[in-house]
Amino acid sequence: MKNSLGREIPEHIPGYKEFRLYEGPFKYMPEHPGAAKKIKVAKPRDNKVLASIDEAIEKTGLHDGQTISFHHHLRNGDYVMKMVVERLAAKGIKDITIASSSISSCHDFLIDYIKDGTVTALETSGLRGELGKFLVKNPQAVKKPTIIRSHGGRARAIEAGELHIDVAFMAAPTCDRRGNATGRIGKSAFGSMGYAMIDSAYADQVVLVTDNLSEEPIYPYSIPQTDVDYIVPVEAIGDPAGIASGAIRITKSPTQLLMAKYAAEIMEQTGCLKQDFSMQMGSGGASLAVAMFIREKMQAKGITGSFGVGGITGIFSDMVKDGLFKAAYDTQTFDTTAVKSFTENPNHLEISASFYANPWNNGPIVNYLDTVILSATEVDLDFNVNVITDSNGMCIGASGGHSDTAAGAAMTIVVVPLIRGRLPMIRNHVQNVITPGETVDVIITDRGIAVNPLRKDLLEKLEGSNLPLMTIQELQQMAYDMVGKPEEVKMSQDDKDIVAVIEYRDGSIIDVIRKPLDD
Amino acid sequence: MFVPGNSPKMINSADTYGADSLMFDIEDAISITEKDTARHLVANALKAMKFHSETVVRINHPTQTPFGIDDLKVILPAKPCMIRLPKVEDVSEVELVAKEIEKVEKENGWEAGTINVIGAIESVKGLYNVREICKHPRMVAIALGAEDFITDLKTQRTKTGIELYYAREAILMAARDAGIQCMDTVFSDVKDMEGFAAEVTRSRDMGFDGKSVIHPKQITEVHRIYTPDDKQIAKSLKILDAFEDSLKNHKGVLNVDGKMIDKPIVARAQRVIDLAKASGVNVEEKRAQA
Amino acid sequence: MAKTLAKPATAGFEEKNDMLVQVAPNPGKGIEVELTSSPVIKQYGKHIVALIEKIAKDAGFSDVKFQVIDKGAWDYTIEARVVAALERGMQA
Repeated sequence: MKNSLGREIPEHIPGYKEFRLYEGPFKYMPEHPGAAKKIKVAKPRDNKVLASIDEAIEKTGLHDGQTISFHHHLRNGDYVMKMVVERLAAKGIKDITIASSSISSCHDFLIDYIKDGTVTALETSGLRGELGKFLVKNPQAVKKPTIIRSHGGRARAIEAGELHIDVAFMAAPTCDRRGNATGRIGKSAFGSMGYAMIDSAYADQVVLVTDNLSEEPIYPYSIPQTDVDYIVPVEAIGDPAGIASGAIRITKSPTQLLMAKYAAEIMEQTGCLKQDFSMQMGSGGASLAVAMFIREKMQAKGITGSFGVGGITGIFSDMVKDGLFKAAYDTQTFDTTAVKSFTENPNHLEISASFYANPWNNGPIVNYLDTVILSATEVDLDFNVNVITDSNGMCIGASGGHSDTAAGAAMTIVVVPLIRGRLPMIRNHVQNVITPGETVDVIITDRGIAVNPLRKDLLEKLEGSNLPLMTIQELQQMAYDMVGKPEEVKMSQDDKDIVAVIEYRDGSIIDVIRKPLDD
Repeated sequence: MFVPGNSPKMINSADTYGADSLMFDIEDAISITEKDTARHLVANALKAMKFHSETVVRINHPTQTPFGIDDLKVILPAKPCMIRLPKVEDVSEVELVAKEIEKVEKENGWEAGTINVIGAIESVKGLYNVREICKHPRMVAIALGAEDFITDLKTQRTKTGIELYYAREAILMAARDAGIQCMDTVFSDVKDMEGFAAEVTRSRDMGFDGKSVIHPKQITEVHRIYTPDDKQIAKSLKILDAFEDSLKNHKGVLNVDGKMIDKPIVARAQRVIDLAKASGVNVEEKRAQA
Repeated sequence: MAKTLAKPATAGFEEKNDMLVQVAPNPGKGIEVELTSSPVIKQYGKHIVALIEKIAKDAGFSDVKFQVIDKGAWDYTIEARVVAALERGMQA
C-alpha cells in the first residue's frame, strides 16, 4: 500500500491491530473520546516513599508483557532506565515494552536486555548509537518494529489511549514526600519536565525516582502529588556531565553560520521579522546560530518578539532576559544557562509535550509559531525531510518536534548542507520521511536556497532578492555536478526486516524504516 | 581569501562564502614535501569545478625555490584567472612568469591576457623596485605580504600598523601610477574581529582596493566596511545627477547643497557608486528611495 | 610502451574529503584497485574503483596495484591523488 506521499507501507505490521495511512497533515479528524486516568484512592497518611526499585516493581505489580515509560530530560546522562531494567531482568520479568520520550546513546545497554528477552519492544522519538545500529541490523531481535513518534504525536498517543503506560518511572531532580516533583533544583536539576507531565497524568501507576527527596513542600511543581503512587530515593538519577553540559555555544563552522545567515535573511525578506513575531530555533548548528543574526536584525529594526518555543537553550533564554522576546515556552531545558533562567525568570515557562505539540487538543503552541528553523539528515525533491536515518539507512536521530513545528508554523525553514562529505543531501526520495514536504516551505543549503513551489506567496516576496534562490531540482543538479549522482542504497523489502514504523503526529503511518542490505 | 592548496575540504567549500577572489596557496601553506600533491590538487580543482569567484594560485617563487616553474607547468593549463607571484623583487621575475603564461595561452589558443599576474611585495628590495614591477603589462594588481616584509625590516606587527606605513603608501602609489589594483595584507588573528575591522577601515581610507583574508568570517566584515553607506550613496547620486544635468544644459559652475562641485569630487562620487554596485547594492532602488 | 612504477609510493591524507592512495608495481597482473574503506562505498564504491582504473590507464600504466582509503573525496581530488602517487612512484 502507498500513503499519500507515495511511501510503500506493508499491509500488515506486527504489533499493529489496525492502522491508518498518512493522507495529509490535517486530514484525519478523530471523533472518539480519549483515554482516562485510572481512578485511585489513597488513604490518609499513606507513605509513598519506598526503599528500592525492587520494592517499586513489587508494589506496582509490574509483570510480563507490560509497558513502562521514561522521559529523556536527563539526556545522555540518564541512570534511571538502566536502574529499572536491570532490576526487572533480575526478577525474571520478560516481554517489556519501553516507551521512552526519547533514547540516547547512554541507553545502548538495552541491547543486552533485548537479547535476553526482558525488553521486546520500543516506542520512542529517537533511535541512535549502538542500539540504533543493533536494531537496524537485527530487526527481528524485538517482537515488533520500534514505533517512532514526534513529541506531539507521543502526547497525542497517550491522551488518545493508543499508548497505554502501565508504570511510568519518572526521574525527578527534586520531590517532596507526597510526590510534588520539580526539575528546577537538586544536584541533577535539568529544568523543564515537559515530557514527563503527560506520562504522569495518564500512566496507571507513577513511580518517581529521585536523588533529592525534600522534607520541605515543593512548589512550584511540574508533577503534582495527585499523580504519584510511589517515590524511590536513590544515590543519583544521572550523570551531571551528560545531563547539561555548560552553556551551549553558537557553532564556529563557517558553513553552518552561512546557512544561519541565509535563514535570518529569508525571515527578514519574507516579512517574518516583525513586531511580536514568534519562532522556534534548534539547539545546535545553523538552526541555533540563526539566533545571533536574528538578534542583530531585531536590534537594528528596534523590534521585539512575542515568544519562542521548544527545547530552550541559554542562547534563547538570554534573548528573553534581554527583552528581545517576551516569553520562552519550554519543554526541555538544554543547558545550564537555560536551567538558571528557568529557575529565575518568570517569563521562562514550563509546558507539557501536549501543550507544545499535540495535534489533538485545542491549541498546541506550535500552531502559533510564525517561523521554525529545523535541521535535517537529508531532504528530497518533494521537500520531505528525514531526521531519523542517515543516507545509509542507519538510525542516527530523532523525530522530536520536527513534524509538529513544521505543521504548525506559518513558515518552516530547513537548513542542511548541500553535500556532506561526498553525499548530496537533496535526494530524489529521502531514505525515510519524518516531516512531509507539504509542511516544509524553504530549504536552505550552503550553496543555494529553494522555496517550496506550493508557497507562491513566499516566492513573490522573495522576487528580486539578492539571495541565491533556485529550484530544488537546480540545487540537486549543482550537487551532482560536483560529486556525481549516488547509487541507491538497497533496502530489504521483507516485512520481517522492518526496523521501525514512523507515525506522523496524528498517528497515521508516514513511513517505515527498513533494514539496508549488505552487498 | 587564502585557501590552503592541499586541503580538499577547504577547497570544496571555499566558493560558498562570497569572497571576490579565491587564492589557492601552494606556497607557504604547503610543506616542501607536498608541493607536488598540492599543485595537482589545485590544478584539478580549477579544471573540475565552476567557481563564482575569481581564481588565483599563489605559486612558489620561480627562481628563489626549485618549485615555481613546475608549479606553472601544472597550474597554467588549468586556467586560473591569475597567478600570484610571491616575494617579487624584480620585474624580471614577472617577465619570467609572463613568458610561461604566454606559452600556455598560445598552446591552448586562449586570448593573450587570459591569465594575469598579481605580485606580492614581501621584502625591502621588492619595495624599492615596486614601481617598475607594477608597470609590467601582465600585472593587474599588487599586494603587500606583511609577514616576510616585517621580518626583513627586523620589527613586528603592531596595532597601529606604523611598521607597514611606508610600505603601504609606497605600494599604493606605485599601483595608482601604473593604473592597477592594490590589495592589503592579511590580518592573522581571526579571533580579534575588532582589530581586523580597524585595520580594514584604515587601509580602505588609505586607498586600498581590497583586503586579503584568511577566514570566511573576515569576508563579511571587509564587504561591510567597503560598502558605501546610504548617506554616501545618496550624496554621490546627487552629485552625479547634477553633473550630468550641467553637461546637458551647458551650465557653468556646478553647485550641490551649497558646495561647489569640481572634477575630482565627481570622480570620487563615481567611485562610491561603482563600489556600491560591486558590493551588490541596488543603486537604482536607492535612487528611487532618495 | 606502457609506463611502469619504479617503487611503491603514496599520496594524499586520511582526512575528510581526501583520499590516501598507495601504489605499488604489479608486474604482469594489470591494474588492481583495492578500496579498503570508504564512507560512501554503497553510493560511489563502484564508481571510485572504475575511475581510478581509468586514470591509471589514461596515464599510460598497465601494471599497478592500488590500495585506497577514501574519506569522501570528490572526483577531482581522487584524480589529483592518483596522479601524484603515480608520479612519485615513477621517480627512481
